[in-house]
Amino acid sequence: MSKIHIEGLHKAYASSGGRVIALENVNVGIKQNEFVTLVGPSGCGKSTLLKLIGALIRPSRGKLLFDGKPITEPTRDVGIVFQEAVLLQWRNVLDNVLLPAEILGLDKAQSRARAMHLLQLVGLAGFEKRYPRELSGGMQQRVSICRALVHNPSLLLMDEPFAALDAMTREELGFELLRIWDTDKKTVVFVTHNITEAILLADRVVAMTPRPGRIAKIVEIDLPRPRTIDMEFTAQFKSYSDQIREVIYHGSGASKR
Amino acid sequence: MTSQPVTAVAEEEDEALEPRDTNLRAFIGATLTFVALLVAWELLVWYLKIPTWLLPSPSAIAQAMMEWKDELLRHTLVTLYETLVGFAAAIALSIPLAVLIVYSPILRNTIYPILLVFQSVPKVAIAPLLLLWIGFGELPKIVVVFLVCFFPIIVATATGLAAVPNSLMDLIRSLSASTMQTFIKIRFPTAMPHIFVGLKIAITFAVIGAVIGEFVGSESGLGFVIMVYSSQNRAPVAFGALVLLTVMSIVLYYGIAAIERIVVPWAPRN
Repeated sequence: MSKIHIEGLHKAYASSGGRVIALENVNVGIKQNEFVTLVGPSGCGKSTLLKLIGALIRPSRGKLLFDGKPITEPTRDVGIVFQEAVLLQWRNVLDNVLLPAEILGLDKAQSRARAMHLLQLVGLAGFEKRYPRELSGGMQQRVSICRALVHNPSLLLMDEPFAALDAMTREELGFELLRIWDTDKKTVVFVTHNITEAILLADRVVAMTPRPGRIAKIVEIDLPRPRTIDMEFTAQFKSYSDQIREVIYHGSGASKR
Repeated sequence: MTSQPVTAVAEEEDEALEPRDTNLRAFIGATLTFVALLVAWELLVWYLKIPTWLLPSPSAIAQAMMEWKDELLRHTLVTLYETLVGFAAAIALSIPLAVLIVYSPILRNTIYPILLVFQSVPKVAIAPLLLLWIGFGELPKIVVVFLVCFFPIIVATATGLAAVPNSLMDLIRSLSASTMQTFIKIRFPTAMPHIFVGLKIAITFAVIGAVIGEFVGSESGLGFVIMVYSSQNRAPVAFGALVLLTVMSIVLYYGIAAIERIVVPWAPRN
């Protein structure tokens, strides 16, 4: 059974220019503990699909199952990371990470121990009492990843989480995320517009195209784990990259950008 | 690894030293300018032989303030009382109302236009009516203060409560947080810096509101002193009252700013 089962999913918005079809006939199954990236240009509906999975918006039509049950309202079993860290400025690092645990009413001592463990995993041990304004963008995003994981959700949704960071921090955080995922397996749905990032992280890359947003191709990434940065320069990686580019840029191949 | 924290601390100290230095320089500069202006005023009054009833010199004002200090203190306390009570009443009513506005679209659509109409009515014009309705005493002045403070606080609070980023709201919703949890943990703290902006604007209006109330009809307060003493050829006393009003306004403003630094240490500083 798939962790997430999506069948015939449509999503349309009413806008000033009439009805906009954000997603059309989306079909995909995501396995338990699978790392899936959604990649595509702006307007391909990848963020919309993420929000649908998180039950933050309702589909216009179609089937959306979470552990075999229809998704109708937020499950609480989900952690979310956005492009901006959106930390609470009045809370220190530890209390920011603990926010979901507080809202869900989880055991305080246990949550605290888990939060400390997560902060240690992302290299922020010793920063518990610091405030968000004292941290760099990369550190803030690390805190927001810990916040998404503190209540131990089985599903992690990430909406271009590293897009606002510089290239080096971005790579660093990608590998950090893989390391955490490796020790504490979860189903991850990760939205990005960066093809290299999409391949390097994923078990499967879902390539999407815009107007209307739909899945163009799903590419199985058969690179060994743990992933390393030099995999980017292998022939296998290039072939994945070419396949994805080709569908995203409508069959004209990598030459046209 | 061990050397890194040390350099970080050193940098922080550097950064902390510099603004304090420029602050001090700015303070000295402002003080010198102020003193120079007072001296110029004093000399001008003396040189042009301006009569005291028209424009008293700073020294004459200072002398009058010393001479009338008990009287002036009594009136200062009256104006201060009216200002603070009106201000407190405005806070007590406008913040809960702002919460209602943010949470209820119906209330937002009905209350907001009415508020705008009320805000557009000149408070100076209402003051005589209040006299008619409530009579003499401190209450009509408190009502004027309340009216001028109400609007900036309610607008700032409503803006602040609505300033939660969409993505944060999504995060909270994904956890199925209750309305109460969302309000206490997210919305209200987010609104706090905005509320303090409203409070700082309101407190400067508050003193003006009290004086307007006193102008229209009263037997005490610094506004009363200015009205009566300027017409009785005791201009230095009236100017003394003006000095006290200015000082009161500044002290109240910085008082709010000091509370803000304690309550909302994360607010952006200007």
